[in-house]
Amino acid sequence: MNVPEPAIDVQGLVKRFGKKTVVNQVSLTVEQGEISGFLGPNGSGKTTTIRLVCGLLTPDAGTGRVLGYDLLRDAARIKREVGYMTQRFSFYEDLSIAENLSFVAGLYQLFPAQEHVQNTLSDLGLTVRQHQLAGNLSGGWKQRLALAACIMHKPKLLLLDEPTAGVDPKARREFWDEIHALAEKGLTVLVSTHYMDEAERCHRINYISQGSLIASGTVSEVVKNAKLRTFILTGTGIAKAAEMLAGAPGVDQIAPFGLTLHVVGQDAKLLEKSVAQVAKETKTTMSEAETSLEDVFIQLMTGDEGGVS
Amino acid sequence: MRHFFSLRRLYALLVKEAIQMRRDRITFAMMLGVPLMQLVLFGFAINSDPKELPAALVAPTQDRYTRAIVTALELTGYYRFNYVTASAQEAENLIAQGVVSFVVTIPSDFGRRVERGERPQLLIEADATDPAVASGAISTLGTVAANALLHERGAEAEAAERARSQLEVVVHRRYNPEGITQYNIVPGLLGVILQMTMVMMTSMALTRETERGTMENLLAMPVTPLEIMLGKVLPYLVVGAVQVAVVLTAAKLLFNVPFVGTLSLILLGVFVFVLSLVLLGYTISTLSRTQMQAMQLTFFFFLPSLLLSGFMFPYRGMPGWAQVLGEFFPLTHFLRMIRGVMLKGANFETVQAPLAALLLFVLAYAALALLRFRRTLD
Ligand SMILES: Nc1ncnc2c1ncn2[C@@H]1O[C@H](COP(=O)(O)OP(=O)(O)OP(=O)(O)O)[C@@H](O)[C@H]1O
Ligand SMILES: [Mg+2]
Repeated sequence: MNVPEPAIDVQGLVKRFGKKTVVNQVSLTVEQGEISGFLGPNGSGKTTTIRLVCGLLTPDAGTGRVLGYDLLRDAARIKREVGYMTQRFSFYEDLSIAENLSFVAGLYQLFPAQEHVQNTLSDLGLTVRQHQLAGNLSGGWKQRLALAACIMHKPKLLLLDEPTAGVDPKARREFWDEIHALAEKGLTVLVSTHYMDEAERCHRINYISQGSLIASGTVSEVVKNAKLRTFILTGTGIAKAAEMLAGAPGVDQIAPFGLTLHVVGQDAKLLEKSVAQVAKETKTTMSEAETSLEDVFIQLMTGDEGGVS
Repeated sequence: MRHFFSLRRLYALLVKEAIQMRRDRITFAMMLGVPLMQLVLFGFAINSDPKELPAALVAPTQDRYTRAIVTALELTGYYRFNYVTASAQEAENLIAQGVVSFVVTIPSDFGRRVERGERPQLLIEADATDPAVASGAISTLGTVAANALLHERGAEAEAAERARSQLEVVVHRRYNPEGITQYNIVPGLLGVILQMTMVMMTSMALTRETERGTMENLLAMPVTPLEIMLGKVLPYLVVGAVQVAVVLTAAKLLFNVPFVGTLSLILLGVFVFVLSLVLLGYTISTLSRTQMQAMQLTFFFFLPSLLLSGFMFPYRGMPGWAQVLGEFFPLTHFLRMIRGVMLKGANFETVQAPLAALLLFVLAYAALALLRFRRTLD
C-alpha cells in the first residue's frame, strides 16, 4: 500500500498586502482524514492562509499541492473538491435556506439538485426551517446553514474559518461531533478557532503568530515542546502571593483560577525557587501541575509582544 | 467544456438573481416605475407646446391695428404681454435676461402701411435658447396677425386682403438658430432612460456581492467568469424588455410619436442597445470596488453621453473633436438608429452602420469585463 499524499502540502507561502507581510513563509501539511486545528491571535493571518490554500488569494511566493493538485495552476479543480466555510457569513440573506442550498447545488452541478438539497436539509435538521430567509436566522443556525452548504457536494477537504464563533456550547458540541463523524468517513478538515477545548479536539494543531507558523504537532507535542512548568498555589493568601510573584525571577504567567493560582514559567529551577519562597511567606500550599494548552498559547502570544495587529 | 461553461450553473445563477430581484420590491418597482415617470415628466416638460409665454411689446404708436394684433396674439394663448414699451433697448435687455421669451415689435409706420396697402412688417424676436419652446408660438404667428388685420379693416376688405397677403412677419430666432422638433426627443428619451436604469442597475452587480461579503463564497465555488457575467446580465435584459414595452406604448399613446419604420427593426436595435448597456454596467462593476465607486463611474459616463450623443444638441452642430468623442457612446449610435427607423422609416440597410457599432460595443464591453473580472480576492 502506498502512502496517501497529504491533503494539504504547501511550502513557503508568502502573502503581502502593500508593504505588510501578512503570511510569512508558512509551510503546512495536513494528512488525509485528519482534523487539523489552526490557532493564533487576531490578525495573525489564519484567514489569509486559508484563502491561499483554497485559491481565493494568489500567494506572492510559495508552492504546494492541495488534494494532489498544484496550488497555482489547478485552482479551478481545487475549488470543485474543497468546501470552504467563511469566517463571515457569506450566503444570501435575502434567499431562504432551501434557495441558498439550491443555488450551491446548481453551482456544483449536483443532480438532481432538489434531492441533494432535501437530503442535506434533513441531515442537518434544517427541513422545518427551509423556507426561512437566511438573513433572519440566529447565529447558530446561520452556522449550520453554512456548514450544510459547504459539505453538500461531498468535498474531500473542508476549510472552516472560525466556524463556531458566537455559537452556544451545546451547538458547538454538536458541530464538533458532526466534524468528527465526517472525518471518520475520510474527510480532511482544517479548522481555525480561538477556543482551547476545540483545539484539544483536533488531531493536530498549528499555531501562527504574525504570519509565521511557530508551533505545530499534536496537542501533547505542542505542550511538551513549549517546555513550560506549572505550579498551583492554594490557600487564603493567593491574592497576596500573586502580588508578590509579579515580576519575580522565572515567573512568566500568573493566572488566578477561582481559589487557585496558576504560575507558569519556562525556567523550571528559577520558577520553583520563587514559588516555593512565596508559598512559604503567604502560607499557601504549592503543588506542581500539568501545563495546559491555554498556558502554552498565552506564553506563545506574550512571547512575541504585539502579536495582535 | 463542462468546466468552462455549464448551463446548470448558469441556471442556478439566473434563478438566484431572479429571486433577489423579486424580493427587492423597491428596486423592482423603480425599474418599471422610473422609466414611465421619466418619460411622462421629461416628455411633457421638454415637448409640450408651451403656452402663456412672457412677451414684451415694442409699439411706439398705439393705434387700432397694433391693438388688434396684440389681442389676436394673446388669444392664441402662446403670448402673454407682460411688458409694453416704446424702447427697443429695454426690450433687448428683457430678452437677454430671460425675463421674456419674445419681443414683438410693431413699427411706427405699421398702421400707415396697412391703410395704404403697402407691405406691413412685424418683427418677432424669439429666445430660441431652447428652440422647441418657441416653435409653436412662432408657427401660428403669420396667420393670426393677418386675420386680425382682416377683421379690423372690415368694409375695406379688399385693401385688407392685399395687406394680408403682403404682411411680412420677420422672425429672428435668437441664440440658437438650430431647431429640434419634439418628435426627435421621445425616441431619444427611450435611449436615455434605458441607459440610465440599465447601466445603473448592472453597475452594482458585483460590488453588491463584494460589499455583502457573498463574493468570497461565490469565488470559492466552481463558477466561471463567463457564467457570472451572463448570470448577472441576462436578467436585466428582461427588465429592459419590459421598460422598452412601457416606454414605446407610452410614446405612442401620450405623445403620438409616429412609428414609421418596422417594429421588428426597432426592437432589434433596442435589443442590441440594451445588451451593450448591461454589459457596460457590468464592466463598470468589475472596475469598481464599492457601490459608491460604481455610482461615480456611472455618472462620469452619463453626462458626456447626454451632451455628446446628439440627445441634447444636434450632433452635426458640434465641433469635429466632440463628434469623434461622441462616437464612443452607444447612445450616439442608438439615437441615429432609432430616429432613423422610428421617424424616417429607415430600413435595415440604412441603419446597418449604427447597428454594427452597437454590436461592436457589446463585444468590446464583454471582453473588457471578462478580462477585468477578478477571480480572487486580491
Ligand atoms: N485584503 C486585505 N488587504 C489588506 N490587509 C489585509 C487584507 N486581508 C487581511 N489583511 C490584514 O492581514 C492581517 C491578517 O488578517 P487575517 O484575516 O488573516 O487574520 P486572522 O488570523 O484571520 O484574524 P482573526 O482571528 O481576527 O480572524 C490583518 O492585519 C489584516 O488587517
Ligand atoms: Mg480570520
